Parts: sequence; structure tokens; C-alpha cells
Amino acid sequence: MSLKRKAAAIGIGELKPYREPTDDSALDLMAAVAAEAIADAGLEKKDIDGLLVGMASADPGMIYPSAIGELFDLRPRMLNVLDIGGASGTGMIWRAAAAIDAGICNAVLCLTADLNRLGRRRPPMISLMYEFEAPYGAIGANCSYALIAQRHMALYGTTPAQMAKVAVDQRTNALANPLAFFNDIPLTIDDVLNSRYICEPLHLFEIVSPMSGGAAVVVASPEIARRSKHAPIWLLGAGEGSDRASITYAPEVTESAVKGAADTAFKMAGLQRKDIDLVCPYDCYTITVLVTLEDAGFCKKRQGGPFAMDHDLTYAGDFPCNTHGGQLSFGQPGLAGGMSHVTEGIRQLMGRGGGRQVKDARLAYVNGNGGIMSEQVGLILERAS
Amino acid sequence: MSEYLKPLPQPSKTSLPFWDAAKRHELTLQRCEACQKFVYYPRARCPHCFSDRLAWRKCSGKGRLYSFTVVHRPATRLFGDAPYVLAIVELEEGPRMTTNIVAPPDKLKVDMPVTVFFDDVTPEHTLVKFKPA
Repeated sequence: MSLKRKAAAIGIGELKPYREPTDDSALDLMAAVAAEAIADAGLEKKDIDGLLVGMASADPGMIYPSAIGELFDLRPRMLNVLDIGGASGTGMIWRAAAAIDAGICNAVLCLTADLNRLGRRRPPMISLMYEFEAPYGAIGANCSYALIAQRHMALYGTTPAQMAKVAVDQRTNALANPLAFFNDIPLTIDDVLNSRYICEPLHLFEIVSPMSGGAAVVVASPEIARRSKHAPIWLLGAGEGSDRASITYAPEVTESAVKGAADTAFKMAGLQRKDIDLVCPYDCYTITVLVTLEDAGFCKKRQGGPFAMDHDLTYAGDFPCNTHGGQLSFGQPGLAGGMSHVTEGIRQLMGRGGGRQVKDARLAYVNGNGGIMSEQVGLILERAS
Repeated sequence: MSEYLKPLPQPSKTSLPFWDAAKRHELTLQRCEACQKFVYYPRARCPHCFSDRLAWRKCSGKGRLYSFTVVHRPATRLFGDAPYVLAIVELEEGPRMTTNIVAPPDKLKVDMPVTVFFDDVTPEHTLVKFKPA
């Protein structure tokens, strides 16, 4: 089955991430971005007939989507929680298109929001392998991505400066994004390398900051898309894959299911890597971007480091990458962090990039990543010429 | 001895033989009698061929340091002795384990040989750790 041009993203809503504790609930933030996205699409709430939602860690619950549906007084004909970590946002987009292509829905709301839980008591991340990880101090994602970085450095000669370059260029992008959290102070490679180690070889400035915030996207049928307010952004290709939960059991930690997801997406779209105008790869850490660019085929395996160093990853550069700043500079409001790559791709293709608009952007590759590079989603988005 | 505050394994029916062996200072893994492959972590069925004929075998305790990180800022305050070395060890028998390496970090190299040792962290709990061979 192909999803090529079977549905289009027509509206987005997104909050500027914030770190300070407030009396907001995650559901309040969901309502805010849902309202914004529906209005941005030029639709009314009653037009929404599908709901895909990510569970907020701050407001979890069972039978979640109908509770959200009731809160907003929706009448969805499809309800789903998507639970593939940071890839949930990207994963929602092709699922929405599939439901539309199947004739089940006409306009699907893809919804993510969460609160910053830092500083509050929270249980350690539980996994099925918890018994064989937590006793050794393998808790949270930082240490697992450090294990990827260490072996990437050992096998391919990747350097700390090459990893830092990702954070530096993405910060330059964030300086031109009023919605980004870290949009005031430029970053240098030395700044990154002089920040303290969290899990060696990863420094503080190579790691996302948890935030509060939210993001939503409305995906609609061709009939609705043709009369939408903004240029419809068509889904041309999508792919998904998973090959581990814990990093310990990955077939090879420096490789990921990005490859299969990207190959599927490009084949569906009938495009080549060189056709792409901008990329939005999920960036929980600097190393994630290097592995993703390699596995998605934008450079050869082992060349991620030199590629990042040799290319200008800013919105004005020869390889625009995470032009919103990436999560590293935009912030990570739970699953909405992973949706930020989708909203940025859409924003750029719609021509709404403001001071960071990529010139003549027509095709974007978006990669979603969940867990420890465990779940991967590749999307190719197009603004029809 | 001060109280041990870090997370401890809570064995299931399936995993209990692994932790019992560790208490005896033996490294054992499940081996599938149908496809002959070793399995870790313990499972009810072989992840390779889905057979339920899994038997416990004693292992050499030798492996290589597949990757490691020096954890300076742990995710929980329970690991008050940071920095510590968290590692993935690939055992001679094939499977990989999450573990700790007890050695100065500057002596460690990816793919170097390592050997098992048993850390009796409480009278009831023994963790399987490694050191340079």
C-alpha cells in the first residue's frame, strides 16, 4: 500500500516550551495546541473525526483518547494512543494518512503535550529489562546514548568536536526561531566541549532539556486539503521500524532501524536523498543526529561526523537541518519534542519559516526516534509546486 | 556496612536460576536445546526460534567490552558513588549484558577483553560485574 499524496498536513499548533513550574495541566496544553491547529487548518472542531494522542507523563491514564475526546467534545471515528516514545509524533502522521486513505476519517488531530517533571519525584524509567539494567545504574536515556557515542567514536573515529557541531549549528537556527527556548545566546564548539560531562563522552550541551509544552498537527483528506487555508503539505512517503528496546540488545549500537524506515519512505515517495531540501532528524542527543543522517542515507556509514563538520547545517546553509533549533535548542516538552520536527518541516514547506525560511523549500525529510534509537519513523513531506 | 540503597533485581520464576547462580559466583545463561543459541536476559521462550526448551548452562565469564560510559550524573540520587562505569559486555557465548566495569576509566578501550567477577552487594544479592582480563 502506498500513502503517497493520500493525505496532507494542513494546520499546526505549537507552544513555546517553558521550564518554570506552573499550575498548568498537560491536558490544558493539549487543549491549547489542539485549538490552535484546528484554527490554523481553517477547520472547526466538529470537522475532526480522528484522534491520535500521546500520553502525557504528567497526566497519564487508561482509556486515554476518549477522555481527551470528551474533554474537547469530539466525535472521533478512530481513537488511538501511540506509544513509540519520541517517534510518536511522526508515527501519528502516517497513521492519520492511512485512516484517511482507508475512508475511515477525513480530518485527524495528532496531539502531544507534557509538563517538565524535572525537580519532582518521579519513578525511574521502567522497562521490561529493568531487572537486568537498573541494578547496574542503567537508568534513563543519557547513559544509553553515551554507549552509542563511545562505540561510534571507537569504530569510526568520530570526534567530540564533530558531535558538538550539531548542537552549535542547531543553536544558530534557534536564534532565528522566536518559539525556541534557547534562542538568545550563540553556542561554540568549545562551549559544548567545556560543558560538564553528564555521561562521558556526552556533555551537558549535547543533551536535551526537559520542558513543558505541546504541539498538534491536523492531517486531512485531499478534498479538505484542496480548500485549506495554507498550502497543503502532502505526505509522499513513510516508513517505520524497530530492532530493540534496550541499547544492550541492539544488533549493533551504532546502527539503527532508521535505515529501513528511510528506505521505505523514499521508495514510496519515488525520490532520492539529493532531492530533499531540508531534514528534521530527531535530536535527543548530538550523536542521534549523526547516526540518523548516516542510516537515513544522507551520508555514508562512519561519515556522520565529517559530514556534520563539513556542511553548514543552518537554515542558510548547504544542508539545512533542524531549522527550528532541534530539541537541543528548542526544548523537549515530552512527546511534543518529537512533534517539533514535524511542525518545523510543515512550517518551512508552507513558507512560514520567517527569519529562518529555507529558500525554495519543497521537500522535507523528517525522522522520529523513540527510546534508545529503538523506534524509527521516516516521513517525506512535500509542498506541491 | 552502610545500607545498600541502589535498585536490586526482583527475580521472576524465569530469571531466578540466573540470580541464584550469581549468588554461587557462577555465570549461567539459558541455552536453547532446539537452535543451540545462548539467550540473555532469561526468557520463557527462545527469542531466536521460539522454542520453550531452554536449559541453564555455565558460561566462561569471558567477553569483550562492547561499549562503556563514565556516568558522572546518574538519573537518580541512589547512585551516590558516581562516577561509575556502565558497560555493555559481549560474552564469548554471544549475548550482551548490561553491567559495570570496575577499573579506572582511562584504562578502558572498546573491544578489550574482560572477565567476570561477582559483587555480593547484600547478603541476599549478587550482581554480575566485569574487570579487564
